[in-house]
Amino acid sequence: MKTRKGARAGQYLALLAYLVFLAFPFLWLISTAFKPARELASLHPTWIPRSPTLANFRQAFGEQPLLHAALNSLLAALGAAVVAVLIATPMAYVMARHRTPLAKAATGWVVVSQAFPFVLVIIPLFLVLKNLRLIDSLLGLIMVYVVWALPFALWMLVGYVRAVPAELEEAAAVDGAGRTRTLLSVTAPLLAPGIVATALFAFISAWNEFFFALVLLKTPEKQTLPVVLTHFIGAEGVADLGPLAAAATLATLPSLVVFAIIQKRITGGMLAGAVKS
Amino acid sequence: MTLASATRRPATRMPDTGGRRRPVDHGAWFLVLPALIPILVLSVGPLLYGIALAFTDAQSGRTAPTQWIGALNFQDLLHDTLFWDSFRIGLLWAVGVTVPQFLLALGLALLLDQDLRLRPLARALAIIPWAMPEVVVGIMWRLVYNPDAGILNETLRDLGLGEGHDWLSGLGTALPAVIVVGVWAGMPQTTVALLAGLQNTPRELHEAAAMDGAGAWRRFLTVTWPALRPIALAITALNFIWNFNSFALVYVLTNGGPGGRTRLPMLFAYEEAFRYGQFGYAAAMGCVMVAVISVLLAIRLAGRLKGDEDA
Repeated sequence: MKTRKGARAGQYLALLAYLVFLAFPFLWLISTAFKPARELASLHPTWIPRSPTLANFRQAFGEQPLLHAALNSLLAALGAAVVAVLIATPMAYVMARHRTPLAKAATGWVVVSQAFPFVLVIIPLFLVLKNLRLIDSLLGLIMVYVVWALPFALWMLVGYVRAVPAELEEAAAVDGAGRTRTLLSVTAPLLAPGIVATALFAFISAWNEFFFALVLLKTPEKQTLPVVLTHFIGAEGVADLGPLAAAATLATLPSLVVFAIIQKRITGGMLAGAVKS
Repeated sequence: MTLASATRRPATRMPDTGGRRRPVDHGAWFLVLPALIPILVLSVGPLLYGIALAFTDAQSGRTAPTQWIGALNFQDLLHDTLFWDSFRIGLLWAVGVTVPQFLLALGLALLLDQDLRLRPLARALAIIPWAMPEVVVGIMWRLVYNPDAGILNETLRDLGLGEGHDWLSGLGTALPAVIVVGVWAGMPQTTVALLAGLQNTPRELHEAAAMDGAGAWRRFLTVTWPALRPIALAITALNFIWNFNSFALVYVLTNGGPGGRTRLPMLFAYEEAFRYGQFGYAAAMGCVMVAVISVLLAIRLAGRLKGDEDA
């Protein structure tokens, strides 16, 4: 199919406009992170810092609360990712392989939870966790993150399980392998890449999450990175732009790296879901 | 959930259960329970509990026992003009974000579906807003909108378009300014979903239509759009719900200000519950939000489906 030259040029122009729109805030964040305070106070900011400095990063790293918060975030995200995958994989297996009413109900829950009104859930959740004495604790937050990551985890994993031919499992059974043996030595290895992708996705959602952390964690030493970052923004707006930008940039890096790794798989997973519909 | 984040969230419904029929065995329960218990305790349970709370006078830190008060919370809500103002802003925000989000994402998806040179770069960039924590997105745009050190005002000054504004504190500019951020943050996911749909439309049909002399616009209307429609409908409905329920972005950008001009219902309910401790009343707000959104979506989707039958 031939496309006319004018149309092609128009397409490139449009794509360029999109690139600018998508990239400029991010570039500005990075640029701000490398600017010395003196330059940030001047009325004519430039794209490229006139005298780039690492002082903002040093200052951000020097802030005890930030490092501590990053550690909390890391713990919460790792915990959520590991637990979510551990409990979601067997359930996804059942949902993919069996047509029980339970599996149907679970599928229904996955769909409904996509439209979950957080307002309606957070107050009871707060009360339930309070009764379990898990309020203001990372453990409680991890539990919430696990459940919060489950719908997408199940959704992805069910797709991956379906991609493993049931015939393989049947062959193993014929060869005399028990159920557990079959699952562990035939199904699990084939599922491994999908499980890793799902875990990484759960990691990002927990690392990025803000609302639950804001409500459930009150002690400053226990708060996660997004919550602590908002403390940097005073009532009068941003007091210290440079360190704020530096900290925000650093907070983004883990998600960006992980997302870059699993990007193909996630879009592929969405594609699989879309094709089926 | 937000992707964070969204992060975050699948765009379409579950694939159909394609598994084969097998007798129910008890091992299945053993496999399901570890996930089922947390789901019941921390998801299904709280949801039902939340609905029940809406009919009580529950408050935080009160020693007197909580009592059933029937529909009193809802009656109060009916006369709460502040809440309805916030609700109106929430609808404005949700529509204002969802519609441009969809149109821009559709444009980008169509471009990415073409054989263009910058495609890998565009794909990589399109992912960034998706992966970023919402709080960072908010902080980043505060830097862009910053009246003195922000790039937006500086660009306007350079172009000779006035001295610029204090975008996030201006009564008239705050809501449009946060809507732009909402569009930016939510576009990638919509783009990816639509792109998946596009790559699923039959190429042969496209070529056949081109052979018959159909122009690009006609080809889009007769070949692409019908194939894309189910996905477009699903992602728009989800986007609408997600946007209406969004919290972190606006919390960081304006915290509902100036003068409540950007106080989304989620922010309102959050303050009611966790600043003033009115758990029952805030739960009632949640119920109303869910109910109104469900009805709106049902009407909209029913209208669309009816349109399908007429066509």
